[in-house]
Amino acid sequence: MSRTAVEIAAAVASGAASAVSILEEHLARIDEREAEIHAFNTVLTDEARAQAAEIDRQVAAGHDVGPLAGVPIALKDNLCTRGIPTTCSSRMLEGWRPPYNATVVERLAEAGAVLVGKTNLDEFAMGSSTENSAFGPTRNPHDLSRVPGGSSGGSAAAVAAGFSAVALGSDTGGSIRQPAALCGVVGMKPTYGAVSRYGLVAFASSLDQVGPFSRDVADSALLYELISGHDPRDSTSIPATLPSVRGHLDRGVEGLRVGLIRELLGETLDGFEPEVLAQTRAAADTLAAAGAIVDEVSVPSTIYGLSAYYLIAPAEASSNLARYDGVRYGHREEGGANTAAMMRASRTAGFGPEVKRRIMLGTYGLSAGYHDAFYGKAQRVRTLIIDDFAKAYENFDVLLSPTSPCVAFPFGAKSDPLTMYLNDVATIPSNLSGQPSISVPFGTGAHGLPVGVQVLAPLLGEPVMYQVAAQIERAAKEPLLQETLLKEGRS
Amino acid sequence: MTIPEREPQNLPDGWEMVIGLEVHAELATHTKMFSPAPNHFGAAPNTNVHPVCLGLPGTLPVVNAKAVELSIRVGLALNCTVQRCVFARKNYFYPDMPKDYQISQYDQPLNADGWLELPSGYRVCVERAHMEEDTGKSTHVGVSGRIHDAGYSLVDYNRAGVPLLEIVSRPDIRGPEEAKAYVAELQSILIAVGASDGKFEEGSLRVDANVSVRPTGSTELRTRCEIKNVNSLRSIGRAIQYEAIRHVDLYTAGEAPIQETRHWDEEGGRTRPGRSKEEAEDYRYFADPDLVPIDPSPEWIDEIRAALPALPRERRQALVDLGGRGEAVTVTVERRLDTLVREAVALGADAERALIHAANNLAVEGADRLDSARFAALVTMETSGQLTSTQAKQVLASMVATGRHPAELAAEAGFEAMDTGELEGLLDGIIAARPDEWQRFVEGEAKLQGMFTGQIMKATGGKADGKVIAQLLAAKKQA
Repeated sequence: MSRTAVEIAAAVASGAASAVSILEEHLARIDEREAEIHAFNTVLTDEARAQAAEIDRQVAAGHDVGPLAGVPIALKDNLCTRGIPTTCSSRMLEGWRPPYNATVVERLAEAGAVLVGKTNLDEFAMGSSTENSAFGPTRNPHDLSRVPGGSSGGSAAAVAAGFSAVALGSDTGGSIRQPAALCGVVGMKPTYGAVSRYGLVAFASSLDQVGPFSRDVADSALLYELISGHDPRDSTSIPATLPSVRGHLDRGVEGLRVGLIRELLGETLDGFEPEVLAQTRAAADTLAAAGAIVDEVSVPSTIYGLSAYYLIAPAEASSNLARYDGVRYGHREEGGANTAAMMRASRTAGFGPEVKRRIMLGTYGLSAGYHDAFYGKAQRVRTLIIDDFAKAYENFDVLLSPTSPCVAFPFGAKSDPLTMYLNDVATIPSNLSGQPSISVPFGTGAHGLPVGVQVLAPLLGEPVMYQVAAQIERAAKEPLLQETLLKEGRS
Repeated sequence: MTIPEREPQNLPDGWEMVIGLEVHAELATHTKMFSPAPNHFGAAPNTNVHPVCLGLPGTLPVVNAKAVELSIRVGLALNCTVQRCVFARKNYFYPDMPKDYQISQYDQPLNADGWLELPSGYRVCVERAHMEEDTGKSTHVGVSGRIHDAGYSLVDYNRAGVPLLEIVSRPDIRGPEEAKAYVAELQSILIAVGASDGKFEEGSLRVDANVSVRPTGSTELRTRCEIKNVNSLRSIGRAIQYEAIRHVDLYTAGEAPIQETRHWDEEGGRTRPGRSKEEAEDYRYFADPDLVPIDPSPEWIDEIRAALPALPRERRQALVDLGGRGEAVTVTVERRLDTLVREAVALGADAERALIHAANNLAVEGADRLDSARFAALVTMETSGQLTSTQAKQVLASMVATGRHPAELAAEAGFEAMDTGELEGLLDGIIAARPDEWQRFVEGEAKLQGMFTGQIMKATGGKADGKVIAQLLAAKKQA
């Protein structure tokens, strides 16, 4: 497998490797496997070659080339890229080219990253398997008969398959962390407001956050530092200097207090695979072995997160997606008797079934007479979850749970929407609370498929979150230790 | 405090009107409410636009601080409580609304619970004055220009996202004249504090009137109709009067109005039904997650309050203190000529003459740029008899046009006080030429005074003072 972003940037900046040669390695892998994986909606071969050549010219001229010089990157296709199609994997936006870049895209470009393509997703980021893409599903590089997770399945698969060194996704209820877990890569959702949402096509504005995919924790930390920070174009962006995280990676976990979330250990809720739970406990054991104080902690309201989420997110989505009416851009069905008929026909044809389902759910939940019983109550549950987490963090520095209850599942296995929604149970609470969390690969589960362990931290707790994630990663890279612990711990 | 005199009801005996007004004022900012696009009237269609106000995917709103400041200025001028406020989304589909929701304020408006005092002294309660964004503008191209039979529609998004302040009164208004007075006073306040240019003709000011009627003396609130599209002071009065009579007629016939939106048809002089309640939208309001609440600090509010200019009410009082009365005072303040008058009076000009000029002779563009010292000089030339009132009016017009000194303009026009002896000689000549008419005038045919005055004016080329002529004619008649 290819080098990490940190290694590539160092090699390119020093002249040890050319950006063009690095890019060609990645393009070769795309050539070889993209047809079967379908990670991308758009591959930008020519643009990427031109960009890489420019980086090499800069290096040759002795210019400063930035911390991501020559690093091939993929972007989820709901991040706006100037002049480049941004589809959200929806017929509704097929062919739409934004006249501007998302703030995160600007920041990556300034850092010298090379954009190789726009990745597939569940339509408008609504889903957990990338099966809801209007352009066909993405396949899991570890097993082509299985989903890569979602909604950022294309970004997760691209990094897992070595199509790009790193990628960006968006996470509204787990859409970065869950596919990261299912594809065996690192995926991180920052504190709400740490990363600008300007140019991220909105799904649920109070929950959406942009975050990185990478093959290791160090790359994740680097990407996070580069894309985070105040943006005056996003009113919900935190107007403060954020703490650096990369200095925390090598600090170890001696004395840190780690809480295993009891409600997410398979006893309260069904559907958790035993192997996933075993790996989660094993990860906790490695932390204990490294000097952390590990204990179980109850965060009682987490189990209501799913219900609250599936009222709040669709409500916001029903409003956010109203603008796709066929009037100004996007798909239009001609021939309606009047404007209303044209809008109805365009939306009927332009949106897929899951998007329609959520728009209807959200519209209903906000309607007069139901507003308080549904949307209002969900917001109160949200407050409850925030309070519960605050209580837990009085005694713990970070919390730990499985990222997903199961490893990658076969296509069509969760065709019932409610079964699919249950897949987000461990990831949703962090979106509702606005707190950061990261999924780190830790061993394998059923069928030898990757398992991800989730580290949760309080608001702006990215430094300690990365500190713990790095320790888990170190342990995961020592297979002997891991096996020993698994045997000892479970016997 | 005296009880202000209220407008007599133009309704059949036993009925009174209950009127509440919603006034939308476009705020005079350089850029839009949530977008960096320019905010000015009259640009070519779809040129004052930006991805944010076009609602393109991925864009986010950012509040224009100037719009908040201007809104607070109005809130303070309307004696409102300025408070922490939350933006909410009002969801409905319409092609001239780019996001298919409007960002407005719902249960937590910026300004609440104020009042506006009319020139009559009556206070109308202001329920709220909240911020929101304007919609674009649709033009329906077809036979009548109405949406029903349009062949197609064109949308101009220049207005989409323009900052609006919606000022909602309580149903405290009792008649069309009072409604007009409320809107006129609000318009003066908006202009005075610099919040809006208040131009009906450019749509900067738009009024919706909620009208119902009830038996006089009752405190009930009956079914109201909201009249939209009333875009001049005159239309406001006419629309309200029409609608109130319609309600009384319905009740008298044993029927009742239904709650609906109606449109004012200026040409037909009537209101017509628009959207009825059955089709009324459920706006599904919720707090806009893209925006954070605004909580103006007491320091900021104090700063804005301290910088507020004198309000029309205070300015009228200043003129009353100079001896001004009635309409002349109101009109002078409306035209923003009160400073000119006060400065001229301070320089020694006669207050009554100065006010008369401001109220009657300065309804022209540029009048507010008059130099107060020169205006004072003109008034004094008139009161000292150097100029007749007719001449003073002419010189004043030239002053507005040229900005020059009244003495120069009077000399150039050949205006100089005429000798009474000279006039008497002229009059004698005229009497000699028309002995019959003079005889009838002396015998009491008063209307002939105009003929003799006209003859003298003609003979002097308009330079004679009408008052002096009248005195001369009276004296001659007695002789």
